[in-house]
Amino acid sequence: MSRKWMVLATVAVVVLAFAAGVVVFTGRTNQEVTAAAQTHSDALVRPHSPIYGNPAAKVTIVEFFDPSCEACSAFYPIVKRIVNASFGQVRLVVRYAPLHHGSDTAVRIIEAARLQDKYWEALERALAAQPQWAAHDRPQPLLIWDVIGDIGLDMAKARADADGPAVDQVLRQDIADMQALKVNRTPGFFVNGTPLRDFGEAPLKALVEQELKKEGSSQKTENKAR
Amino acid sequence: MSTAQSVGPRHGGQYATFWTPLFLAWLLALLATAGALFLGEVMGNTPCVLCWYQRIAMFPLVLVIGMGLFTSDPRGARYALPLAGVGWGIAAYHLMVFWGVVSEGLVPCGQGSSCTDVDVQVAGLVPIPLLSLAAFTGILVLLWFSMRRAKA
Repeated sequence: MSRKWMVLATVAVVVLAFAAGVVVFTGRTNQEVTAAAQTHSDALVRPHSPIYGNPAAKVTIVEFFDPSCEACSAFYPIVKRIVNASFGQVRLVVRYAPLHHGSDTAVRIIEAARLQDKYWEALERALAAQPQWAAHDRPQPLLIWDVIGDIGLDMAKARADADGPAVDQVLRQDIADMQALKVNRTPGFFVNGTPLRDFGEAPLKALVEQELKKEGSSQKTENKAR
Repeated sequence: MSTAQSVGPRHGGQYATFWTPLFLAWLLALLATAGALFLGEVMGNTPCVLCWYQRIAMFPLVLVIGMGLFTSDPRGARYALPLAGVGWGIAAYHLMVFWGVVSEGLVPCGQGSSCTDVDVQVAGLVPIPLLSLAAFTGILVLLWFSMRRAKA
């Protein structure tokens, strides 16, 4: 074998071994995540979590969400559109995964707004201003107070609530559930308890469609049984 | 004209004995690069600052030594040597930091993952800087061999 071929063949072997490693590793991780979602199915939805859309919808998207995360911000309008276009068949449950420095403070502020029924307004303002306050090396989540100043909040009450025990409890429970479900990246999606494996808009939509079909067919058989 | 520049017979011969140690050095660099990328990109361990400096020394070795192998040019070893030397130094420093020989205060680890975390271990057993130091040591020895054989 000529030396050039030997070099090229070695590169090919290492690249193939790498690719095989990727397949094995992601397969094992997927299995772990699926198993975690099955054993901790009660950790997916808690009564305290904000819900967008019809609360009685058949399909539930659980999103582990970090207000400082750019991908979460980019996904927000996509998920909202999926819920809006579903005619009440899909709902979104927001859980928190404050993985970045300062994210917990941001969560506290928008949760304080929720106590005054201004949650989605505050969330959308915070996401719109994300480039200003959420620099990962120097986060300034307290700037969110400035951008939600005019949505009609009792600011004194909101500032007190943000550090209050109710919000503490939400954060603590969500972080515990995040760990139990092995969510380590945001946004982390589960659709009717199935973790989204391939990250992206199209895979999320496909998973929602699949669950909608499943729900539709199981309802038909129920009707027949009657 | 020196013999080092006139070598390059494609079918082996006494002048081309530099090739095998150079190939082994390259193989080490290639495996270390693939391993580092696997740990970082697939297993999701964020490299710490010192890990990044070692990567900066290791990754180009694959290309520099690889070019030497491809053209049967013994000078590849000469150009790879400073990179491998610098990488060795950083790996040694990182290992001393990891084992606590050098105090944490001197560590240039600000943001991101810590250079002394348990995360810096493969399978919770072997510290990554130790692997790195072993790879750089092997590469240095093999490069030295290759250069000596090229001169002989």
